[in-house]
Order: sequence, then C-alpha cells, then structure tokens
Amino acid sequence: MERNAVSAAATSGTGAILNGAGLFKSFGALKVLDNVDFAVSAGEAVGIVGPNGAGKTTLLSVLAGGLPASAGTVVFKGRDVSAVGSTGRSRMGLAKTHQVPRPFGGMTVFENVLVAATQAGGHKGQRAYRACVDSLELCGMGSVANRRAESLGLLDRKRLELARALATDPAIVLLDEIGGGLTDEETVQLVATIGEMRRRGMAIVWIEHIVHVLLQVVERLVCMVQGRIIANGDPKLVMADPAVVEAYFGSAPA
Amino acid sequence: MSLLAIDRLDARYGLLQAVRKVTFAMEPGEIVALVGANGAGKSTLLRAIAGAHPLAGGRIAFDGEDVSQTRAYTRVARGIALVPEGRRLFPEMTVEENLQVAMRVGRRGYWTFETVFQLFPFLRERRRAIASNLSGGERQAAAIGRALMTNPRLVLLDEVSLGLAPVAIEGLYRNMKALQQGGATLLLVEQELTRAMSVATRVMCMLEGRIVLDRPAGDVTRQQVIDAYFGLRRAGGHA
Repeated sequence: MERNAVSAAATSGTGAILNGAGLFKSFGALKVLDNVDFAVSAGEAVGIVGPNGAGKTTLLSVLAGGLPASAGTVVFKGRDVSAVGSTGRSRMGLAKTHQVPRPFGGMTVFENVLVAATQAGGHKGQRAYRACVDSLELCGMGSVANRRAESLGLLDRKRLELARALATDPAIVLLDEIGGGLTDEETVQLVATIGEMRRRGMAIVWIEHIVHVLLQVVERLVCMVQGRIIANGDPKLVMADPAVVEAYFGSAPA
Repeated sequence: MSLLAIDRLDARYGLLQAVRKVTFAMEPGEIVALVGANGAGKSTLLRAIAGAHPLAGGRIAFDGEDVSQTRAYTRVARGIALVPEGRRLFPEMTVEENLQVAMRVGRRGYWTFETVFQLFPFLRERRRAIASNLSGGERQAAAIGRALMTNPRLVLLDEVSLGLAPVAIEGLYRNMKALQQGGATLLLVEQELTRAMSVATRVMCMLEGRIVLDRPAGDVTRQQVIDAYFGLRRAGGHA
C-alpha cells in the first residue's frame, strides 16, 4: 500500500524530490523528448528502459541540467531549477553518471573524487575528505585510490564515475548505463553498491539495457519510446506490457 | 562439415569486451536470426566474422579452413559477405559502380546486375544515381545488392530492414528464402521478432557479449526469446 502511495505521489509530481513536467527537447527537426512528465520521490529507485533512440539519455541530461529543455520545467527539492545549470543542481544534491566514463587524466582516483566533492558538491576541508573516503569505500575503490585514473580498466572507470557522483553527497543519483560491459560477478558488486546507496536514503534513476540487473534494484520502471513515456509502474507489469514488447520486437503475429 | 565454425571468439573495443567466448557453428542452408539488446555484441560478432573487426581471441573456420587471420577482402573472395549496419556504400560512386566493385572479387553465379535489379526494381531506375543522393531505403537495397554481387555462400545481414519501406522488407524476406534455396547460408540481425522467426531456421540471442539462447526456430517461443533478450530467464543457451 505504502509503495503504491509513493508511486502515486511520484506520478503526480506532488511530494517528489525531482519533478520534470511537460519536457520537450528537439535537436533540429528531431523531437527527442515529446512532452515527458517524470517525477521521483525521495529515496525511490526508478529504472528507465526503451529501445535505442528513445530519448532516455537526453531525459537524464535535461533533468541534471547538462542540456536545456526546449520547453517544460524541472523542479528539484521544491525549487524550479529549469534555469539552473548542472553545477548548481549538483551542489543542491542532484548527481549524474555518464554512459562513457571520462575520468580526469593525470590525476589519481582520489583527486578525481576530490574534484567532485569540492567543485560539484561544494564541500570544503575535512567534510570533503570524508565524503571522498566514504564514497571510495562504498564503491570498493579504497585499494586503487592512489592510482592514476587513466590507468584504470573499464570496471574501475565505471566505479570511479559512481564514486565521483557519490562524493557530492547527493540526494538523488541519475545513472546512465553504468552496468554495461561488466562480468556477472562485477554486476553483483554493482547491485550491492546501489543497494547500499538506497539504504542511505538516496533516490536513484537508472537507465540500463540489462533488464534483469535493473529489476533487482528498482521498485518502479518507466519505458520510453520515441521521446514519450509509454509505460510506468510495477517493473514486472511494465516488462509484460504488450506496448513495451512491441516497441522492442515489433507486433506479435496476428 | 559446418560451413562456419566459431570457437571461443573474443572481440573488444578498447576496454570493453563486446564478444565473450562465443562458440557456435552454422550448417549450409541455415538461416540464423541473431537478436539481442543494444550493446549485446551482435554487430561486432558479424564484423569479426567478416574480418572487419580484429579478434582478441578464438578462431573462425569457414568451410573447414581457419580464416581467423585472413583479411576481409580474402574472406569475401571465399564467399563471406557482410551487409553492414548503416549501409556504408561508396558515397561518390553510382549504384552501378558500387555493384561493380563487388563483381571484382570474381565470384560469378546467380547474382548479376540483372538479378539484383529484379530483386529491387527501383534500383534499376536509380542505377546511375550517386550513392550519396539515394534515399535510406535505396541505399539499403544497394548495400544488399552489392553483397549479393559477390555470390556469397554466407551472407551476414546487420539490421537490413531498418529504413526500408514495409513492401520492400516483405520482398527482401521473400527473397531470403529464395537465397537459401539457392544454397546460401544467412546470419541476420533483426529486431522485428515476428519477421525474424518467420524466415529463420534457428534463433540465437546475445546478452552482454554471450550467446544465451540458441534454438531451432520451430522449438522456441516468442516469449522465450524475449526473456533471453532481457536476461529474465537463461534457457537453452550455452553461456
């Protein structure tokens, strides 16, 4: 019952920590977001699926302030942040990871995370250091903290991407395909880390093509197709929704 | 003997291992539909078989011979043709010239200008058009025609119905059956499941670089393929 109440609040946008309403985004003639309403409650974990080109990554960028919306509003923690850039939103507690990790080369892992804590998180002194140590431990990167970031393999680059987001001490983290290319064992570790983030009260929005991994974490699933949300609700019901199946595989035989 | 035998194939993009220890064989005359999510490794696998992507490990045998280290053009001459995703025509050449390039490998057979233009009548009218001026559907047809002009024994088709008009796709799929009856073996990446399963003799599904389902088309349900695609149940594969 409680979960339904949460989802209802998230759907209507009242009581949501993050609320995108009436979002449009076009690149030239191409409509990538076509009137999207998307809200997340505090502490909620939401997955986003959809075929290639559905607009998932663009939605996260618009929510995080990396891209301006062509129309619509984004409200975060009760404040209209539509005109606030990504750094401002990040300092308010909205963090995002990127599909292709791009660590700062020439810096150690710790320094990478420290840049996030101080610049993107706005933390200073001991508080910033504590946030770094904590996020590195949470991501299992304590032993590589002094390695140069460019020497990391793919798994550690993905972990660093997450560690940088966590070092800002966010209230919500937007994850863009952080699980791709990992082995089964690495995926188990990632799911455990995200589970711990949830226990600490962070809200999570996660785009992932590896649906079985996503379903281990999220309590609500959204499917996007051609810039619109076509399904939203219980993950199992969304994955069984004929419209979702058709979006991926075409229509069933008559 | 298998026409194609893939043994523990690995392929990488930098740090990312796109294909992981993939093993399978194809018998002459098979039509295998390969499905899988974005990033599952389908295109990389096709490109590796064609010689357009280097192997990080494993072997590829074609008609009993190890071709793992042979160049892409040598594989074409042996009868492996790839229709790449995104068509990749020679943009400054005409349709006819694009087809002519494929003739140069010297594999003569059923497929000629005439038979390709029978397959795609609209291409005949556009044969003197520069490839970069073609519509998406025309480009796709020209790319398929170019592959056929090498009279391949194994055709690798990567999302060929993307951008084609429904009537052209129907024609294409009708001709796949004809192609098979003419002795060709097909490996095709296709997202439209109903269409893929209507023509395929076998369905394979990739997930995260591995084959997680490999079954005769008559012995697998649409739901089983969908579950394998999303990794919801791992059945019938050899991960």
